[in-house]
Amino acid sequence: METIAMPAINLAVIMPEILLSCIAMVLLLVNVFVPGNNKAYLGYLSIIGLAVTAASAVGGWGPSVSAFNGSVVQDNFAIFFKVIFLISAGLAILISDRYMVQEDCNQGELYPMILFATVGMMLMASGTDLMVIFLGLELLSICLYVLAGWNRDNLKSNEAGLKYFLLGAFSTGFLLYGMALTYGATGSTKIQAISSYVMGNPGVASNPLFVVGMLLIAVGFSFKIAAAPFHMWTPDVYQGAPTPMTAFMSAGPKAAGFAAFIRVMIFAFPMLRAEWSDLLWILAVLTMTVGNIIALSQDNVKRMLAYSSIAHAGYALVGFAAVNAEGAAGILFYMLSYAFMNIGAFAVIILITKKGEVNGNVQDLAGFGHKKPLLAMVLSIFLFSLAGMPPTAGFIGKFYLFSAAIKAGYVWLAIIGVLNSAASLYYYLRVMVFMYMKDPEEDFEWAGATPAIAVCLLVAVGATLVLGVVPGTVLELAQKAVQF
Amino acid sequence: MLAIENYLIVSAILFAIGTIGVLTKRNAIVIFMCIEMMLNAVNLTFIAFSRHLGNIDGQVFVFFVMTVAAAEAAVGLALMIAFFKNRESIDVEDVNLLKL
Repeated sequence: METIAMPAINLAVIMPEILLSCIAMVLLLVNVFVPGNNKAYLGYLSIIGLAVTAASAVGGWGPSVSAFNGSVVQDNFAIFFKVIFLISAGLAILISDRYMVQEDCNQGELYPMILFATVGMMLMASGTDLMVIFLGLELLSICLYVLAGWNRDNLKSNEAGLKYFLLGAFSTGFLLYGMALTYGATGSTKIQAISSYVMGNPGVASNPLFVVGMLLIAVGFSFKIAAAPFHMWTPDVYQGAPTPMTAFMSAGPKAAGFAAFIRVMIFAFPMLRAEWSDLLWILAVLTMTVGNIIALSQDNVKRMLAYSSIAHAGYALVGFAAVNAEGAAGILFYMLSYAFMNIGAFAVIILITKKGEVNGNVQDLAGFGHKKPLLAMVLSIFLFSLAGMPPTAGFIGKFYLFSAAIKAGYVWLAIIGVLNSAASLYYYLRVMVFMYMKDPEEDFEWAGATPAIAVCLLVAVGATLVLGVVPGTVLELAQKAVQF
Repeated sequence: MLAIENYLIVSAILFAIGTIGVLTKRNAIVIFMCIEMMLNAVNLTFIAFSRHLGNIDGQVFVFFVMTVAAAEAAVGLALMIAFFKNRESIDVEDVNLLKL
């Protein structure tokens, strides 16, 4: 009988995750025991919880600490990503209440569900064992299936949830099979052990078990970050899901997918960077081009932003394909700025659409610029940032990603990226043309912003501009985060 | 004791059957059952490797996969019921409001 050695337990390393799970569970109980239909207070409590968690996470900044026998790590890379997740969850919560009341689905469980999804993302970023990454991914995915189908009386939301569930579970199968084969080829599920095994036995790179395993893992993660050709679910799910949840899904979970992808690909297989690079640039070119070209012909603003989010995953993959520190830091910075600009854009869309998401088309925005000049200006800032125009965060992010690609010798990849960026201007500007230069066919009354949405917009606009004008500090932090 | 290749081949065949089922079947519940089959094929792979390597990690992984599959089943069936209530069908051909 083998004796099992008790691993050293260091709870401090996973303190942010513990805190956030406890807060989410308490909020579930609060929701049950406090009567009344107004659930907005749960949102505010969640935001306090997220702030406490962020403080606890940022407190760990510094040298990396590994715990639980090398299953979890607390390093700057994970902390930077955790802050991105917490920010996107906070912004999504701020824009939820009004929408959920309007659509008659403001059940209080929404907020704990978002928090649990955030715990899953945090585990994905800090996990250094395939098992932990898998558990984090599933905690995230299962919560997202529920959130996508949250509006259960609305057929579109039902469809989004069902589609996301079936395709998500399908892709999980591939990811798991990849993990099983990698485990078989290298004898461990720990990234550290896999890495040293690959270093010690270079011959493993030609072992079919190992190669197929790695490819299947790459397929599983590509699905999660919505990279072409595994993007088919994205537009449908993003369009059908409740708008605040679409905003959340496009920012947080995408970043989480990148965090786990980078962790597995770069850390576990430093020897195979050249091979990854070849795979990743194909993914990057496909993803950017497919996303942008299909976005050109979309009328529904949510669906257009869904395709644009595919394109943005492509830009981030350009930095990933460079497989150097600049590229990785660029992804970190880009994911942070993308969270602000994209959730901000969705916040304005929540204000524009009425119950049942009527008037969600570009044409319905005609005259918006004259009726609500301030909101229209805010939306324009987000769209400019998404298109990558200076002086916004989107410009700095893309500049950094593309220059990383050039440094790695992928000049033409950067050129394709810039061309794509130029094409994307068309559909972002089209929204602005309708807002400012067309007259409305019917007279729409647009509602004003609630305080919570106003705060979200203020934070998002502020961050988009600040990151665009003085990106120095955050870029430095991102660079420190990728010094492995 | 059988050689590990036998187990790997069986699980690869199971995985392939599951994948083909997901791609060809039209009933959401049958698709879900095919996905479960893929997960169980993975479990078989893990256990075979665990035995072969004399390493317990693979068996621990299987417990997690089973737990997660159960949680996924709960959520997935709930989503199907919600869809059925509004559409009175769980045929994926009827999941067509949002166009690809």
